[in-house]
Amino acid sequence: MKFYRNLSISQKQVVWAWGFLALPVLFYVVIRFYPTADAIVLSFQKWNMLGIRQWAGFDNYIKLYNDPVFWKVFRNTFVYLILGTPASLVISFAIAYHLDKVRFLHSTLRALYFLPFLTSTVAMAWVWRWFYQPVPIGLFNNFIASLGFQQIAFLNSTTNALPSILLPAIWAGLGFQIIIFMAGLRAIPTSFYEAARIDGVSNWTILREITLPLLKPTIVFLVVFSSISFLRIFDQVFNMTTNNPGGPLDSTKPLVLMIYQTAFSSFDMGYAAAQTVVLFSILLIVSLLQLYLMRDR
Amino acid sequence: MADTQIRASADALLRAPASARGPRDPAAIIRWTLLAMGAIVMVMPIVYMLSASFKYPYEMYNLNIIPKEPTAENYAYVLSDGRFYRWFANSFFVATCTTVSAVFFDALVGYALCKFRFRGRLIVFIAILSTLMIPTEMLVIPWYLMSRSFGWLDTYWGIMFPGMMTAFGTFLMKQFFETVPDDFLEAARIDGLNEFQIWWSVALPMVTPALSALAIFIFLGNWTAFIWPLIVTNSQELYTLPVGLTTFSVEQTVDWELIMTGAALATIPTLIVFLIFQRYIIRGIAMAGLKG
Repeated sequence: MKFYRNLSISQKQVVWAWGFLALPVLFYVVIRFYPTADAIVLSFQKWNMLGIRQWAGFDNYIKLYNDPVFWKVFRNTFVYLILGTPASLVISFAIAYHLDKVRFLHSTLRALYFLPFLTSTVAMAWVWRWFYQPVPIGLFNNFIASLGFQQIAFLNSTTNALPSILLPAIWAGLGFQIIIFMAGLRAIPTSFYEAARIDGVSNWTILREITLPLLKPTIVFLVVFSSISFLRIFDQVFNMTTNNPGGPLDSTKPLVLMIYQTAFSSFDMGYAAAQTVVLFSILLIVSLLQLYLMRDR
Repeated sequence: MADTQIRASADALLRAPASARGPRDPAAIIRWTLLAMGAIVMVMPIVYMLSASFKYPYEMYNLNIIPKEPTAENYAYVLSDGRFYRWFANSFFVATCTTVSAVFFDALVGYALCKFRFRGRLIVFIAILSTLMIPTEMLVIPWYLMSRSFGWLDTYWGIMFPGMMTAFGTFLMKQFFETVPDDFLEAARIDGLNEFQIWWSVALPMVTPALSALAIFIFLGNWTAFIWPLIVTNSQELYTLPVGLTTFSVEQTVDWELIMTGAALATIPTLIVFLIFQRYIIRGIAMAGLKG
């Protein structure tokens, strides 16, 4: 205690700072950085969880390059991203833009739009899976059949299954994006709009010349946020295709599901680690792109 | 953007817009009608899930929302199994512990990085921030191996340890501590409080909106977490609600009304939480979004 009392105020601060940070620094090193390094090391090794880890050089990456399933999965993952991100952003912006101008029952409408965001993904995956079942079980097909049309194979078709799984993922994320867009819209000073109205500018021009440019930070944030969540899609796919995960014929399998199966069904740990490194690299590029686009902020 | 502005626009979000046109305008009526229809479509899956959970199998596949003969038998059956209580309790316990720990440490680290001047501050901050770019999916394999060697597989600690601190929360709290004036802390220092007491009794009470927003995020995130609990647990007694729900639904195969009842049981608590904390949740998301 005597030692502490003799320190200057700024030296005391240093002692306190590291006191506050000691356990957290240990946590980040042991639970975040060490595992990251371990995953990268493991991607250069061969290991089936029995015996010892053996060095394999680039074998896992070469195997990945020559694996037709990997390329299919890679394609699927980007289809989730390329369909999901623009669709969810356009829909949520359209809703936020109009909801922002509505006064009657405003908070009720907003609550209804937001509600799906709070549901458990697993629970909702099963609800949607039920909707997609063939006649006489699934509600969608019952409805289509009652109108006299031929029923649609949603989850049993290699072409329809991926969009069918994507739809609930988009649906569940809309509420969050609407709130973020509305907050962004409210942050634009009303004087901008008043000035434009005095100049007699049309609504469309206001949207294009004032609203969208000023929303750029919000848009960049949401593009990156939703891109990352679509690249990491897993819960919906796993639960909607439990009888044949990622099926039919791997047509819905995303990268994370392939990682899960390689690691915890085939126990090919080195190969799975190489897949996680690929996922990490993709996400890193997306994040760095965000930093680049936001640099002038 | 300045913090006062962020708070102001997050708060403004909770009020209805002021510049709305009168209700007589036909364009406004069409806009409102379309928005209302969209809102109804948005909640339809939840409505049908709840409706199905009160139906007998014979009318399960009809499109009517109000059951002709409402029944609580599905709930009685699903709950009689007993496992749901356990999974519910597990999820609640795990989410609560993780939330308390993460909010405590994120606020502690955020404060230290914001208010103390010391060598290495920037390095620690950048190091923590950089972990945001590491996806959970990359870490699950090493975490699994780690848990296996330490005997953490199939334990509560095993489910919880990865989430005990979060980089996102640290960043958020650091941003919010910027709004706490140093004069207050200095005054407390002169009054003889030590640094921990200053943090706890002076700084923390000034950022309670941010703390509650962070707590809600972390709780919801852990309540719905799926992939890590799925990997780390083996025995059904340790399952969290989402993992249990998957297992339960796979077992039922064709009894969709029971699957919907299970799904409803997993969803109802979050719906109740939402109804109570709606304003905090929406304001919290708006604040975090504007910060990000």
